[in-house]
Amino acid sequence: MSAGRRVLTGNYAAAYAVRAAKPDVISAYPITPQTPIIEKLSEFVDSGELDARFIRVESEHSAMAAVIGASSVGARTYTATSSQGLFYMYEVCWWAAGARLPIVMGVVTRALGPPWSIWSEHSDFYALRDSGWVMYFASSAQEVYDLTLQAYMVAENGDVLLPAMVGWDAFEVSHTYEPVELLDEEEAGSLLPAKGGRVNVLSHEDPASLGNLAYPEDYIRIRYGMRRAMEAAGRVASEAGRRYGEISGRDYSSPLECYRCEDAEVLYVVMGSIVGEAIDAVDRLRGEGVKAGLVRVRLYRPFPYAELGELLGRAGNAIIVNRASRFGGYGALTGDALAAAAEAGARIDYLEVAAGIGGVDVTSDDFVGMYKMFRAGRRGTVWWMR
Amino acid sequence: MLKGHAACPGCGATILLRHVLKALGPRTYMVIPASCSSVIAGPYPKSSFAVPLLHMAFAASAAAASGMVEALEKMGRRDVNVVVWAGDGGTVDIGLQALSGAAERGHNILYICYDNEAYMNTGIQKSGSTPPKAWTTTTPTGNPGFKKDMPSIMAAHRVPYVATLNPAYPNDIVKKVEKAASIRGLKYLHAFSPCPPGWRFDASLTVKVARLAVETGVWVLYEVEGGVFRLTGPSKHLLDPSRRKPVEEYLRLQGRFRHLTESDIEELQRMVDENWEKIAQLVEEGK
Amino acid sequence: MSEVFARPQIGAVGAGSWRTERPVVDGSKCILCGLCWLYCPDAVVEIDERVVIDYDYCKGCGICAQVCPVKAIEMVRER
Repeated sequence: MSAGRRVLTGNYAAAYAVRAAKPDVISAYPITPQTPIIEKLSEFVDSGELDARFIRVESEHSAMAAVIGASSVGARTYTATSSQGLFYMYEVCWWAAGARLPIVMGVVTRALGPPWSIWSEHSDFYALRDSGWVMYFASSAQEVYDLTLQAYMVAENGDVLLPAMVGWDAFEVSHTYEPVELLDEEEAGSLLPAKGGRVNVLSHEDPASLGNLAYPEDYIRIRYGMRRAMEAAGRVASEAGRRYGEISGRDYSSPLECYRCEDAEVLYVVMGSIVGEAIDAVDRLRGEGVKAGLVRVRLYRPFPYAELGELLGRAGNAIIVNRASRFGGYGALTGDALAAAAEAGARIDYLEVAAGIGGVDVTSDDFVGMYKMFRAGRRGTVWWMR
Repeated sequence: MLKGHAACPGCGATILLRHVLKALGPRTYMVIPASCSSVIAGPYPKSSFAVPLLHMAFAASAAAASGMVEALEKMGRRDVNVVVWAGDGGTVDIGLQALSGAAERGHNILYICYDNEAYMNTGIQKSGSTPPKAWTTTTPTGNPGFKKDMPSIMAAHRVPYVATLNPAYPNDIVKKVEKAASIRGLKYLHAFSPCPPGWRFDASLTVKVARLAVETGVWVLYEVEGGVFRLTGPSKHLLDPSRRKPVEEYLRLQGRFRHLTESDIEELQRMVDENWEKIAQLVEEGK
Repeated sequence: MSEVFARPQIGAVGAGSWRTERPVVDGSKCILCGLCWLYCPDAVVEIDERVVIDYDYCKGCGICAQVCPVKAIEMVRER
């Protein structure tokens, strides 16, 4: 069932998804490359297409604080940011998760300065991986639309009640037009939980405090509650993805996208829009008789250790591509992938590649080159420089 | 405000809170940033506040309140008070940006700064609201800075109502809180909050110190309503310098001013007198 | 989920154990003006026919004694 197709950028797709979700309060501060999201949302609000309060805050820290304030009294909310802005709001992002508020946020991933960069990298996204946020990563404008709606479904689920974010690449997805299938707004609304049903809401009818000082034994119990919620989120996300598939025809029940991975003997592990070039590389290598395949991580937190571990165990070899600068240690995705392999009891041969940093294009030639390096015996970490 | 809260004995802020909360009533939502009140509120799972309360990160109380009030209005609850109860540090320093933004946007919130003139919760460090020459742990030989004039900063944001409060004058508090709650827009109240451990005086003297602050002219009771300045309470009668008690009477009660020399005290007296000359002009303009 | 909420409760802390002195009211001097009630930071003063202090939560700050216009309250050392 579809409300039709529109040619949209990733950012506009987010705005259309948010419009369909009908939040009560939106709060955001402009930062390249997020701005078209909030500009489009402002248009929707001013035209009356979206009945929401839009708070044009004076900083990202305040943007997250404002949606926390709104969510604490039961409102559905949205915000969006990128890199420097995400890091400015960083402490309050952790606050949102600890307060168990189902805020949804879009993060247009962008490299951090200095030196100044506006181009894509995933370092900003990865920095929230311990915060308690449910984290999706989209690879196309269609996925931005679909995952934003699913983010609400998961965040507001009574077994979860954690904030959820969707990341997508600056410019390559945020500003690139592609055809996007939109859901009928009624149907999109019916996938999301009804508003007003949340239990953890501040109200003068039943006064309570959120966020009091807690002595250590109480603190750990409260944080453990988040842990259990995050564990439930994997199951809830899978079910939400399945239901979404029934309505849209695009199934999201798996946290991973698998391309020719079932019989692969070497797997690329990737996240984000570079998957397009990686798919080309897989096809080229297959054409040369190499049993290549790829796994794209779409739900990053909670991380699908079991699913990825099984695939890595079968393949035995992996080229793990982190689109992030990382110093003094393995990249975030590498760490998770290796943990997945270890949990599956699989010994794998791997090469970690830091690629696409600072927005450098990663082409199928690059992916093929990574495989050749791996086959020639290169192991450990490689920074893919031009 | 429930008894059995965790404030220090003699805490000025809790005298203020009792009267503010009584005036506001139960349809009140509070946002409290990191401050003494975060601890006064009691440890989980107990709360000393019988109103819905959101604890918030230090810099963000005005922003959280902005989101909260917009959400409540959007969801049809317009007949409630959304109140920020923040310390001086969380208002004039780290919280200033969020407050300035909220004031410019004009959300319907009541922002109350209880000013104990330093970062008391973390152990008496200087803030932008610490008066000149005062001892704090980070200004051990006396504060070289000045005290930010926060009510004037808020008046310059053209908010509909700004006023000062003092715990020695509860009637004045109640009148101003009720008036503020009846006005739409961002209302800013700046409250004098004497702190026995931080200012170094015996806990029994809180009300006396508060009263002397007004009687010496150090703390001025006034309101700015729709841009018009008006003195209130006993401050109305203190335009005549001969009716103001000497500043020394206020300073001498507090250990944080014990190191002041004669010329320091004269200087502080001069500053108070100069401030009152400006006030006289504002009173004239307000007529 | 409401496990993250704290609920309003009298006696969030056992403040009465903090004090070193307690206020004692001399009913014969008391004029029931209410100033002690007005200024008590801990809301432990109640006035009905006479002034009653909740010693479970009184911290012994001494403000009531200091503001009393007829000196009807004396701060007495706790034993």
